[in-house]
Amino acid sequence: MEERRHTSRAYERELQEVKENLLYLGALTEKAISRGIQALLERNSELAREIIEGDGAIDRLDREIEERCIRLLALRQPAARDLRFITTAIKINGHLERIGDMVVKICEKVLLLNEEPQLKPYIDLPRMAEIARGMVKESLDALVGEDLALANKVRGDDEIVDRLNEQIFRELLTFMMEDPRTIHRALLIMQISKTLERISDHAKGMADMIVYMITGRNVRHETADTET
Amino acid sequence: MENTLIITVENCNFYYGTYRALTDVTMGFERNRVTALIGPSGCGKSTLLRLLNRMNDLIDNTRVEGRIFFEGTDIYGKEVDPVEIRRRIGMVFQKPNPFPKSIYNNITYGPRLMGVKKKSDLEALVEESLKQAVLWDEVKDILGRSAMTLSGGQQQRLCIARALAMKPDVLLMDEPTSALDPISTAKIEELIEALKKELTIIIVTHNMQQAARISDRTGFFYLGRLIEYDDTAKIFTNPQVKQTEDYITGRFG
Repeated sequence: MEERRHTSRAYERELQEVKENLLYLGALTEKAISRGIQALLERNSELAREIIEGDGAIDRLDREIEERCIRLLALRQPAARDLRFITTAIKINGHLERIGDMVVKICEKVLLLNEEPQLKPYIDLPRMAEIARGMVKESLDALVGEDLALANKVRGDDEIVDRLNEQIFRELLTFMMEDPRTIHRALLIMQISKTLERISDHAKGMADMIVYMITGRNVRHETADTET
Repeated sequence: MENTLIITVENCNFYYGTYRALTDVTMGFERNRVTALIGPSGCGKSTLLRLLNRMNDLIDNTRVEGRIFFEGTDIYGKEVDPVEIRRRIGMVFQKPNPFPKSIYNNITYGPRLMGVKKKSDLEALVEESLKQAVLWDEVKDILGRSAMTLSGGQQQRLCIARALAMKPDVLLMDEPTSALDPISTAKIEELIEALKKELTIIIVTHNMQQAARISDRTGFFYLGRLIEYDDTAKIFTNPQVKQTEDYITGRFG
C-alpha cells in the first residue's frame, strides 16, 4: 500500500528514528545472546565478563528510546497507526532491555560454571539459544516489514523453547539423582535454560505487540494457536 | 436497536445550487451519546449538522434529497414545523453569539416566544439552564448585566444555557470551542460530558484530540461522503479505512 508522507516532515523523521534505534537495540541484544552462549560453549570467562560490561550500552539505548517515545506522545498526540507503533516501540524496548539483563544473568552463571569441570556436552542449550535469538530477530523483521505471518510464527516458536527447557530440566534431574556432586553445576545449567526460556517469552511478547501494531488486535496472553 | 437512535439520516444528498455538498450519507445518531463529526474543511460535516435542524432552509438555492428522521418523524415532511424542530434540536455555533441583552433576557428570550410568561417559571428556567451550563455561580449576581460584558468562554456557555432553556432533545454544536482558550475549552468539554446524561449531542470539530476526548462515536467525512463511522476509541486507535487513518495521523492532502 502506498505510504503517504506526514504533513510534518520532522514528525515523520522522529518516528523513523525511533524505529532505527529500536532495530539497533535489537541487534545489540541479539548479538549479546549469541555471544553469551558462545561464552558458555567455549568456557570463555573473559568473553562473559565483556558481555556483562556491555549491557550498559543496551541500558542507555533503552532509556533514550523511551524518552523519544514519551516526547512523541506528549508533543505530537499520535493516533491510529502511529499511536500503535509508539506504544509497541515502548513495550518492545522494555522487552529488549530485559533480554539484555537476562544475558547478563546467563554470563554470571557461565563464570561460576567455568570454575568447575564441564558437567556434560551442551546440545539443547545452544539450540534453545539459537531459537530464542532467531525469535528476537524475526520479531524485529516482522516489525520492519509489518509481517503478520512472521510475527505469528515467532509466537508459535515459544512453545518449542518451552519444551526444550522441560527436556533439559528432566535430563539434569537424572544427573543430580545419580551423583549429588553434580547438583551445583546442574542447578546453574537449569537456571541458564530457564533464562533462555524467559528470553523466548520476551520475544513472544514482542511478537504479540507487533500483531497489535499491525492489526489493532490485542493477542497478549493468548497462545499462537488459540487465536482465530 | 432502532429506538436507541434518535436521529437517522438515509441516503442524504445536499446541493448548494449545482454543487453537491453531501453524497449519499446514511447514518444514525445514538440517544444520550456524543457523536463527533470530523474531516477537513469543506468535507460536508457542518452542512450535515445544519441539515439536522433545518438550518439550511435559511440558505437560498439549496436542495435536500433523501430523508432525515428525528424520533421517527421525517423532519423534511410537509406538515413539519421547522421552528418546532429547532426547538427540539438546538444549536450552538462556532463564535459565541449572545443577544445584545442582559444575561437574564438571553435565557428567557426563547421560552417567552414559546409562551412561558410567569416570572417564577422564567426565573426557575434561568437558574436551571445556567446551572446546567455551569455558569450560574459566575453570573448569579449579575443577571441584569449585558451578556456582551462576559468573557468569550462565558458567552459560549451562556449560548449553551440559552439553547438548554428550550429543553431540547438534541444539541448540535458547530466547533463550539474553536474561538476559546484552553481553560474555557476544558469547561465546555466537561459540560458536554455532563449534558449527555440528559440529551444527545452532535458536535463538529476540527480539533481531533477534542473529538477523541469527548465523543462516544466519530464519523469521518471527506468530499461530502461519510467515509467511516465507528466507536471513537476504534477510530482513533484502529480505523478501518485508509483515508480515515491518513487524516487522523496527519497524512492528508
